[in-house]
Amino acid sequence: MQPKLHMTLKVNGEEVEASFAPYKTLLEVLREDLDLTGTKHGCELGECGACAVLIDGEPQLACLVLALECEGRSVQTVEGLANGTQLHPLQAAFADRGGSQCGYCTPGMLMTAKGLLDKEPQPSRERIREAIAGNICRCTGYNQIVEAIEAAASELAGSKR
Amino acid sequence: MSAKERLEVVGQVRRRVDGRGKTTGQTRFADDLALPRMVHCKLLRSPHPHAVIEEIHTEKAKQHPGVHLVLTGKDFPIPFGIMPVSQDEYALANVRVRYVGDPVAAVIAKDEQTALEAIELIEVKYRPLPTISDPVEALETAEPRIHDYGERGNIHRNQAHEFGDVEEALAKSDHVFEDTFFFQGNTHLPMEQQASLAAVEGDGKLLLSTSTQNPHYLHRQLACVLQMPASQIRVIACNNGGGFGGKCDPANHEMVVSKAALLLGRPVKICLTREEVFYQHRGRHPVLMKFRTGVTKEGKLTGMHLQTLLDGGGYGSHGAASTFYTGVLTPVTYELPRFKFEACRVFTNKPPCGPKRGHGTPQPRFGQEVQLDKIAEKLGMDPAELRLGMVTKDNSLTANWLRIGSNGLAECIREVVRRSNFKEKHRKLPHGRGVGLACSAYMCGAGVSIYWNKMPHSGVQLLLDRSGQVTVLCGATEIGQGSDDVLAAIVAEVLGIATSEVRVLTGDTGLTPVDLGSYSSRVTVMMGNAALQAATRVRDQITVAAAEQLNTLPERVVLSQGRVFAAEDPGKTLSFVEAVALAESKFGTLGAVGSYAPPKAPGKYKGAGAGPSPAYSFSACVVEAEVDPKTGWITVPKIWIAHDVGRAINPVHVRGQVIGSVYMGLGEALMEEQAFRRLPPKLSSALVHKIPSMLEYKSLTSLDMPEVDVALVEYPDPNCPFGAKEAGQGPLLPVMPAVANAVYDAVGVRIDEVPITPEKILKALELKSQGKPARVGPENFPAVPYPAPRFVLPPWEGGDGGELKSADGTPARKAKVAA
Repeated sequence: MQPKLHMTLKVNGEEVEASFAPYKTLLEVLREDLDLTGTKHGCELGECGACAVLIDGEPQLACLVLALECEGRSVQTVEGLANGTQLHPLQAAFADRGGSQCGYCTPGMLMTAKGLLDKEPQPSRERIREAIAGNICRCTGYNQIVEAIEAAASELAGSKR
Repeated sequence: MSAKERLEVVGQVRRRVDGRGKTTGQTRFADDLALPRMVHCKLLRSPHPHAVIEEIHTEKAKQHPGVHLVLTGKDFPIPFGIMPVSQDEYALANVRVRYVGDPVAAVIAKDEQTALEAIELIEVKYRPLPTISDPVEALETAEPRIHDYGERGNIHRNQAHEFGDVEEALAKSDHVFEDTFFFQGNTHLPMEQQASLAAVEGDGKLLLSTSTQNPHYLHRQLACVLQMPASQIRVIACNNGGGFGGKCDPANHEMVVSKAALLLGRPVKICLTREEVFYQHRGRHPVLMKFRTGVTKEGKLTGMHLQTLLDGGGYGSHGAASTFYTGVLTPVTYELPRFKFEACRVFTNKPPCGPKRGHGTPQPRFGQEVQLDKIAEKLGMDPAELRLGMVTKDNSLTANWLRIGSNGLAECIREVVRRSNFKEKHRKLPHGRGVGLACSAYMCGAGVSIYWNKMPHSGVQLLLDRSGQVTVLCGATEIGQGSDDVLAAIVAEVLGIATSEVRVLTGDTGLTPVDLGSYSSRVTVMMGNAALQAATRVRDQITVAAAEQLNTLPERVVLSQGRVFAAEDPGKTLSFVEAVALAESKFGTLGAVGSYAPPKAPGKYKGAGAGPSPAYSFSACVVEAEVDPKTGWITVPKIWIAHDVGRAINPVHVRGQVIGSVYMGLGEALMEEQAFRRLPPKLSSALVHKIPSMLEYKSLTSLDMPEVDVALVEYPDPNCPFGAKEAGQGPLLPVMPAVANAVYDAVGVRIDEVPITPEKILKALELKSQGKPARVGPENFPAVPYPAPRFVLPPWEGGDGGELKSADGTPARKAKVAA
């Protein structure tokens, strides 16, 4: 049995301490050691996109990143997306426009979409489809997810004006 | 009824009630649960497709540090199975394994890693048996039998029904079309891997929180396997991260963690790996089909003889029902005077097949609708006009005695044809591009429960108090389809409040009234009718109490937008909270129950229990396809679909159900397949899953998925709450044949099997260039020893819905002439 590591991680803007076995992935540490179960898993092999989080603003699959690689980096998960009780425009649009059915792919989809909109505030429909191509959804057929991301982009653009 | 005339909640686009939880990460799926002192379970699965377990040694595993418990087949002497007629599974295989992946032993340890290490230490001595890989082998191989029950040999189910003399009808037809089709099996691939957490609660009772679509059936099966009173067991169906039918069967791992929690007195959890989800399966049956269909030269059906052969895999699962569903809904779309349906399900050494979205019906619908395309061409008719000329009518009976209520199929066809410009495109687009049309119908809830009983199919309890809070409890299960939202909407509509004022508590056998589960597209209709009854009962209490205060008659009291007032004097109002308080003062503690059972079906013959439904939904679909003749690659730029949903409770989410169905259908049409291969002899010749991983099991991504144009057609059905029919399964069914028909329109080749891959298109194009029939599909249909059919006269031939029998009790073909 390998000794546990003790580390400070920056998750959703907060410094958190955790002790975990060095082989643990970021996904496992988030879910099992930090009780942040919002991030999901669908394969743990990098095939499905359910575990996507933002690491230093970039969408990454948390099942393919060791937690120990994240020391000193900023990790954003779905739990950090809302502003207090106010939903992020992406969350509101997903809830209102059918972007989420069973909800299992939703956290990964939301974080991937946020990664896109942070860089490209007004992406084309093609760019959106490309950005979420690594996130499998078995419920929606993607149409309403793409529409929700477009609606959120408009909402965000409106609030900046 | 209330004096309110317009619907205020039903039919409005709303945020679904679970939308917030699902977008904030707060919705708790089974694997998100953890409890103090929780330990973890892993299963050892068979590497052999068919073998006898001769010895099993668990001593080393038990001694491994951190291991708490090791279980094997001897700990589970009682078999189970979703259907009462197929109690053929053991939580852990006791003597025999029947597919690669069949669970053999379980280790419960302090963490998953330790459990995995200990699994490796279990020694099992297997004696391999001959393996049956497909239905033809199963029919040819009587011994060894995979199960010692069923019809005979390796035939699980074998049945035949004839509604009117079909041979006579075919003989009198202007044309008889004979076609064989194959529909490959595929799997649900829910994003959530099944997970379960079992614990003994403080009151000494067992609690199982799990990803199940059917907590009620699971509850019954747990009581049986654990030999415990059901009242000592509570099953909570967590939100399912996608079900699609894959979480309908009670599962081995659910039994194992429950037993382990009882033995250890501490919480036990399991989460299947993605590979294990492929073994758990219960997905689409591979089905071979043969259609002999008679038509008049004007394009009317005269009779149909349908034969199906299902590859069931290693266990019964829902197979007894699946076998019926490969035919019983065939007569619902078009007027079919006579119908003969023979079906056979065999066991093979593969993961068991069961219900997947559309349960048994997509396969024959594919064959039927592709054959209709061929018929239209041969008769020189437009495929839409051919169909429009023979759609079934409102309030009619089918040859097999199903009662159709509201029917919007004709409008669905007209709508997709108009929106897609089908007539300007069909047979007119340049080579390589084409359009295809297909239709379907589906049930809105199975008319008969899985086990025979006279009790309601769905129950709802409603609690209100002076605070104005409204809590609705129902055993229905939210699997993503939006059932919680439907429940809240129906209650809110009746009580004149917003869905955000309703608290919904569902899928908990310890707290909620029984609902049979999320299968057969039954929830909106059955739960909805129960909710409507409960809410109406409470509303009647509120209107009586409010009428006294408002100096009016109860029937003049309106509940609308959180206010309660007299229709003739809307200025004088009570708040909803005030009115509830008045009702509580007058009647005491407020609450009501509602329940629903489907109407009795008119068919009386043996087998008439499969197919009846309170209502049927209808769909029509046009697919546009581009086929590259050089590569065979198929691109689908757009799909149009019209769905008769009766009434949309929440249109944005009905549209989502429809698009999601189209998505899953398109995946099945183009790529999804649960395929197997044999290992070489030196590696045991075992039959193994070719691709038990998400990377290799191809499904459509956002880049592959076209835009879907959805038309919601609303023909309210009197049997349904506010007229609302199903939307979650029906729209999947026309997609696969519409793709096949579009491919034919594009490049002139018939692919009579699913999936339609570039490889098959190239093969068909090659045949075409050689002047051979440009078709890829099954060459023949094997000789299946179907029994003599049960003979039933169709309603229009003077039948009474019962079987005709000779004096000696054997099937007869002619009605006895009245003396």
